[in-house]
Amino acid sequence: MSNATTYPWTPGFYAGDRPQIVTSRFQYEDSYTLERYLATDGYEGLKAALGLTGTEVHDDVRKATLLGRGGAGFPAGTKWGLTPPNTWPRYLVVNGDESEPGTYKDRLLMERDPHQLIEGCLIACYAAGLSQCFLYIRGEMAVAQERVAAALNEAYAAGYVGKNILGTEFSLDIVLHWGAGAYVVGEETALIESLEGNRGMPRLKPPFFPAAIGLYGKPTIVNNVETLSNLPWLLRNGSAEYNKIGTETSPGTRMFAVSGHVKRPGVYEVVNGTTTFRDLIYGDDFCQGIRGDNTLKAFVPGGGSAPWFIEDQLDLPFEGRLVGAAGSMLGSGAIMVMDNTTDIPKAALTLARFYANESCGKCTPCREGGTWLMRILDRIVAGLGTARDLDQLFEVGETICPGAFPHAASARLGLTAVPFPYKMTTICFVGPSAYAPINSALVLFREEFEAKLVKRTFIPVSAAPVEPVAAGAGAHA
Amino acid sequence: MTTTDTNTEPEAVEPVVDPNAVAITVNGKPFTARKGDLIINAAEAAGEYIPRFCYHERMEPVGMCRMCLVEVDTGRGPQLMPSCMFPVSPDMKVLTASPVAKAAQEGVIELLLANHPLDCPVCDKGGECPLQDQTFSNGPGESRYVEEKRHYEKPIAISELVFLDRERCILCDRCTRFADTVAGDALIHFTHRGNLTQVNTFPDEPFASYFSGNTVQICPVGALTAKPYRFKARPWDLEEVESTCTTCSVGCRIAVQSSRDELVRYQGVDSDPVNWGWLCDKGRFGFESVTSDDRLTAPLVLTAPLVLTADGHVPTSWSSALGSAATLIKDALASGGPSSIAVLGGARGTNEDAFAWARLAHDVVGTPNVSAQLADGLPVGLLALKRATIDQAAKAPTVILLAPDLKEELPVLYLRLRDAAEKKHTRIIEFTAKGSGMSRYAWRTIYYEPGTQADVVATTLRNDDIATQIAKGDVVIVAGRANLAESSAPSIAALQALTNSIPKASVLPALRRGNIVGATQVGLRPGKSGLDSKGILNAAADGKIECLILLGADPLSDVPDVDLARRALAGARRIISVDTFLSDSTKLAHVVLPAAAYGEKSGTTTNLEGRVTQVAQKVTVAGTSRPDWMIATELAQRLGTDLGFESFADVTTAISQHVDGFDGVTIAALEANPDGLIALAPHIDPVNDPTVNLGDRNAYDFRLIVSRKLYDRASVTTMSPSLAPLISTTTLFVNPLDVARIGSSIGAEVKVSSAKATVVLALDTDASVQRGTAWVPFNQLGVNIGELIDAAASVTDVRIESL
Repeated sequence: MSNATTYPWTPGFYAGDRPQIVTSRFQYEDSYTLERYLATDGYEGLKAALGLTGTEVHDDVRKATLLGRGGAGFPAGTKWGLTPPNTWPRYLVVNGDESEPGTYKDRLLMERDPHQLIEGCLIACYAAGLSQCFLYIRGEMAVAQERVAAALNEAYAAGYVGKNILGTEFSLDIVLHWGAGAYVVGEETALIESLEGNRGMPRLKPPFFPAAIGLYGKPTIVNNVETLSNLPWLLRNGSAEYNKIGTETSPGTRMFAVSGHVKRPGVYEVVNGTTTFRDLIYGDDFCQGIRGDNTLKAFVPGGGSAPWFIEDQLDLPFEGRLVGAAGSMLGSGAIMVMDNTTDIPKAALTLARFYANESCGKCTPCREGGTWLMRILDRIVAGLGTARDLDQLFEVGETICPGAFPHAASARLGLTAVPFPYKMTTICFVGPSAYAPINSALVLFREEFEAKLVKRTFIPVSAAPVEPVAAGAGAHA
Repeated sequence: MTTTDTNTEPEAVEPVVDPNAVAITVNGKPFTARKGDLIINAAEAAGEYIPRFCYHERMEPVGMCRMCLVEVDTGRGPQLMPSCMFPVSPDMKVLTASPVAKAAQEGVIELLLANHPLDCPVCDKGGECPLQDQTFSNGPGESRYVEEKRHYEKPIAISELVFLDRERCILCDRCTRFADTVAGDALIHFTHRGNLTQVNTFPDEPFASYFSGNTVQICPVGALTAKPYRFKARPWDLEEVESTCTTCSVGCRIAVQSSRDELVRYQGVDSDPVNWGWLCDKGRFGFESVTSDDRLTAPLVLTAPLVLTADGHVPTSWSSALGSAATLIKDALASGGPSSIAVLGGARGTNEDAFAWARLAHDVVGTPNVSAQLADGLPVGLLALKRATIDQAAKAPTVILLAPDLKEELPVLYLRLRDAAEKKHTRIIEFTAKGSGMSRYAWRTIYYEPGTQADVVATTLRNDDIATQIAKGDVVIVAGRANLAESSAPSIAALQALTNSIPKASVLPALRRGNIVGATQVGLRPGKSGLDSKGILNAAADGKIECLILLGADPLSDVPDVDLARRALAGARRIISVDTFLSDSTKLAHVVLPAAAYGEKSGTTTNLEGRVTQVAQKVTVAGTSRPDWMIATELAQRLGTDLGFESFADVTTAISQHVDGFDGVTIAALEANPDGLIALAPHIDPVNDPTVNLGDRNAYDFRLIVSRKLYDRASVTTMSPSLAPLISTTTLFVNPLDVARIGSSIGAEVKVSSAKATVVLALDTDASVQRGTAWVPFNQLGVNIGELIDAAASVTDVRIESL
């Protein structure tokens, strides 16, 4: 760990003394080169995979219960099995459009270890029998684009990608594509639209999920960068070793990007299922507590679109099921910590503004409702809100997400949790995402909103002095 | 029967199970829907209308507006679903008005209205606006929105014809989807995002689609308005009658709308076998020519030395004009006999007009020299071939195009065939001299040099791929004359090569003028040993025609060989013209009789399939003009024969009684079948074998292609103020690689010479023009390209020289 380097454009990465599956090479300055990669078990997973049949690799991944790291947490092995048989070609699309507020783990994986991702793509295509791979990288990630492109060129030149890889029958082409910069393209169907050259707008699913009808109308598997980056280690060590890390339902490790009011923000690879939020935020190995020894007010557990947690939820482990029951989600692995100096309505507005701005404009509730919410909140933060506006926020939210919206429990307010998921009137999750921070803030910290409302002094009519009206005076005066 | 046989006992009748029936309940009421029906349509059929904005039944659903959210229970409990996206499934329970569904619908209305300006009192859509209507039927009644609304520049012109008000737009994707998926002109699209999402054109690229008017019709708010209708009328003042467009021979069904006895708007009517609700812009906005101030309003006669109009005519009464016309015909009969009289035109009127004039020409005057064409189509024998309908073409595995650019000449037929090709159930094999609007969608486009198409067809049919495709099932040939600079012979030779090799093929005639098929079928065609249109013009030029009767015909504008037309009009001793405008040809007539225009007369028309539909009168005629059939009847009376027609209905009845194939085509039958009845006249003589004489090809010459564009100098365009600016200027197009050979440059003027004449044209390039050929659009502003064309030659070769 002595030669670990922090680059000016990357937030700190802190390894600590923990099992590392995807971040083991981050310590080297030249971690992104083929030379370093080959010196550190590079492409050994691919060699192991090519020694087995595709079905055997697929079975091994299925046994490892590798959960999708993009947000939904759907097991990758199961996803690969959803393509209809005998429909060709079929594609792998790598979702590198990481744009959830607070999330920057995939960017690091692409910048620091692009070969690991490429190897993951090769293994996935080999195991799931996919004919081509498209690697979609977010438009704003210039360094990631540059390094993945360079790595891909190296891999092609060295025979790891292309025709008859490592002398076997297996051939695969990987196509790189840069996004144009839209949050919604992180949604898999919008990403497919964007990849096809259309405006990035989500498709309605059901009826057709990408696994059945995806890119160019063909079966398509969309996987997250972190999910695929797990595969080389998994193939090198086998599913049995993988399952020893973490819990039975959530094995392996997960990357978390912590930002906000902690002493040491950064990306941490932590053991799934056993580590708790308290460990991560307060642990000496991790974020080392709240800055300036302030107290914790709230934190976002899974990216900007997740409902917020408070101190009461600190002891929850990183386990999707438990976090869902507690009223939020692990989502994209971004934790944003707010200390007691935080202006909660302002923080909610910041997030709401982002989602209103990033709505693709396709469906009405998100396009109109998101902006409406933002503008009401804008007024409240500016000190021009009225009590009616607070109810109005819930009412507008109701048209985006009918029924009870998930929120955390609060002992202080005597609130019990409303578990995930929510209902929605929109096609994708951008609409509800705009409402999630507002709902959490308003439910858990209503008094902070009330404090900002317009102060009006009402003089009761009975108390006001009444001037006697002179007879004859009035209309003609 | 002496024994009891157990077999005679009635067997238990198995209930007939319809494999396509799907039992669902809609708001608790059981309903049997069809397999594949979308919930939104099934519910409507069951009597529960689900509100919608983005859904349009002729386009793929997108589920964007979220207005049609209903609760659907497929066994997992009720869930909110957009009903336009999901097909019915067995035992589905649909709740269109449950509290949850109602709350969702009210929420969407409130959100849509949040930024929608409430300028309904000055909005053209107010009164027929789906947003307005559904706000009343499904809205919350009041809004809680107090923020400032979005503001954009009020209407921006996105094309010559269409204005876009982005403030009113609710972003339903109907217009953009139409432009992309129906018209194939993706010239408008969403720009920006989130709350600032808006529909717009690409920078400096107007929405110049031939189908832009449809977006105005399907817009569910007043965001898109059309220039000819803006602020003209309120919907509640409109009177409407259903009719058929006769601008071209596709025969789209339309609603003709008027306000205060003036035509103000045409709307497409969804006719399943024909136009699916779509119209082209020329058909939609051509009504402006009917209301034009330049219309002929009184009969004119050429008599000196009274006070003459600028063109030498003096207005007169109908009785005097009809008397003059009858005298002209009698004089002609006296000096040259019946065959010295010729009738040209009549394809612009109704079947009734054509039939009355055919009776007058063939039976009263006794001339066989009758033609509804203007030397620019194919011989009428085309109609004797096995005929196809549009639906048959759109369902056939193979469609062969040996036709003009359908997008330019028969736009809605283009939409139907494009749709068939896009949905992958039809493959189009296109034979063409120059890339067309359909080339993008054609499975194979085979280019030929004008004149050689028969050989190219024969060679192509020997190709294995093509033979395999043709063997797949029905074949429909769309046949017309693609090039006005060649005679009809090469097209006929190619058509014969096709029909001889593919006996199962049927033919959809791509003849352009509105009622050309109907006029020809009911009798406006050469009689026994009569002259066709080219023959009539030649005879007139030779001084053999004593009286030439023009029925809405303007040979100077329509006949490709303009020199022939000029000589014919100069050589005809007497000319009678029945027309709506004083055209260049009409100005030479001795008697001009003003005819009622479209929308001013009732009757029937026949489209290119042979489909007879009704056309209806909506407004009073301009001035004292009369329908053509009435003029024919009056003229026959003065020539001593009573045709017995007192109303258009009498003529319709006479057609159904006397014309083969029209029995059963009565007004009552047409009322019952608004989509029309197919009537094919079976007694038309087949085409004679054509003679193609290509002569010697000089390698320095370019072979000329002259074809029509949608907008040309015909009266429907020039007399419609909104369409007139869309006519282009005559320009010579060659392949980009041929520019250097000419030794000129793009935009420069070049000298173009044929054996007949020399003209000077601006040079431009078009990659769809093949090397060694040159293309000039017909009848555009500026130089008349007809000067170069010789009707006697099979093809036209030109020399192009830089100046």
